[in-house]
Amino acid sequence: MIKEESNNIKESHNEKKPLIEIKNLRKYFGSNEVLKGIDLQLFPQENVVILGKSGSGKSVLLKCLVRLMTVDEGEIIVLGKSIPDLNQEELDQIRTEVGFLFQGSALYDSMTVRENLRFPLRRHPERKLGENEEKLIKDALQSVGLEHAIDLMPAELSGGMKRRVALARTLILKPKIILYDEPTTGLDPITANEIIQLMLKIQDELNTSALIITHDMDCARVISNRMIILQDGVHYAEGTYSELSQCRDPKVKAFFKEVQSR
Amino acid sequence: MEYIPNKIVDFLEETGNFSEFTGRFFKQAFRRPFEWKEMIHQCYIIGVQSLFLVASTGFIMGLVLTLQVRPTMVRFGASAFMPDMIGISFIREIGPVLTALICAGKIGSSIGAELGSMKVTEQIDAMEVSGTNPFKYLVVTRVWACIIMLPFLVIAADVVGLFGSYLIENMKGEVTFELYFNRVFEVLLIGDVVPATVKSFFFGLVIGIVGCYKGYNSEKGTEGVGRAANTAVVVASLLLFVVDFFAVLIADIFYVI
Repeated sequence: MIKEESNNIKESHNEKKPLIEIKNLRKYFGSNEVLKGIDLQLFPQENVVILGKSGSGKSVLLKCLVRLMTVDEGEIIVLGKSIPDLNQEELDQIRTEVGFLFQGSALYDSMTVRENLRFPLRRHPERKLGENEEKLIKDALQSVGLEHAIDLMPAELSGGMKRRVALARTLILKPKIILYDEPTTGLDPITANEIIQLMLKIQDELNTSALIITHDMDCARVISNRMIILQDGVHYAEGTYSELSQCRDPKVKAFFKEVQSR
Repeated sequence: MEYIPNKIVDFLEETGNFSEFTGRFFKQAFRRPFEWKEMIHQCYIIGVQSLFLVASTGFIMGLVLTLQVRPTMVRFGASAFMPDMIGISFIREIGPVLTALICAGKIGSSIGAELGSMKVTEQIDAMEVSGTNPFKYLVVTRVWACIIMLPFLVIAADVVGLFGSYLIENMKGEVTFELYFNRVFEVLLIGDVVPATVKSFFFGLVIGIVGCYKGYNSEKGTEGVGRAANTAVVVASLLLFVVDFFAVLIADIFYVI
């Protein structure tokens, strides 16, 4: 593994306890080993971007973190709890602390925007913290600039609006960590930039940490504190954007060239 | 394993998965918390929204059956037995099977397509990461709604079908409403009504569980959603006849048919 970590990052990490810690994670689909011993840490108020070609195991890694997929070997510790060992109740509790923004937004088709945001709140009334449900919904929509869309159905929203509503739904439980699965994929450059700015604003206001999977190098450059390159299921390289973009390793160079040429 | 043809292995694997899915339903169906609101909503969609289709099909079937059978009964001088014949055949077999087949087409395909679409667009995953049990919210509620509403739909089809039959009898044979239905209720035995009602619950279970299984396990892509809806109808229709056969067989043991 190529590690180009600057001293500043190292020092700041030494002082903090990681929110997410992955050790030697392995995942197989039949005889195909998709993740080959991944190690990763996410620290408070940090944005880590995971880059890699299609099929390199990025989405699988993200899904393993919230146990949408089970792991075959290795440890996943999120907020001090070992994810594979949790019972359903404990897992549901941890999931309220970890927001997940899906690639296709995954809004519930049969519900209005209001109902989409109300759904997680009704499941976890303890997360309302005594606040009025309607107010929480409106605040979440306001934070993504879509308070006017409250009574619309997902089918009436554009791709960018859907992504923002999904983000509002993720934020409504006030998670400590947000997992983004290709947040800007399929969006035009202007809308993609709006989403990136929104992600930065959220991190700023709510002090969240984020693990972001993306193919969008602009997104990675703007948002990442640290970047990880996955290559064929292996944690191949790690560092800041500027470190990795200047890295002399031929595979990293080829990767940057290929992504930037898209 | 290598000596067993792949199709048989696939069939056994599918049967195993389906049995596991059904077992999972029974395990969670009686366990708290219950999703009452969603279940009532599904009862409305499955029951109320299917009522017109089921009733109109039953009505037409009542008309057609009477028109087809009447000449033969007249030829044998048995036209007075028309209400008996139509009543028994409708309550025992035509009503439940016709309703179940209509519902397999309408409800089974819609559940298969809806859950399939939710699966491929990661809505089920989104539900799970928000700390909701999607199986309980989506599957248990829909299957319960099918089990509860199917008998009501069967009763509706029976009533409207018999009314259709009465209309023809009234036009062709000048039989009064009172006479027709008195004759129907006189001839019907508990052994006709109870097995028909009980098997309607099982028909509901089959339609719900097959639709949910196919949708919940839909493969990626729009083709997968289409296939889920299609196979939900095909498999449910086939299983309905198997269940019907066993229901008649068991009823034959307990009641003199």
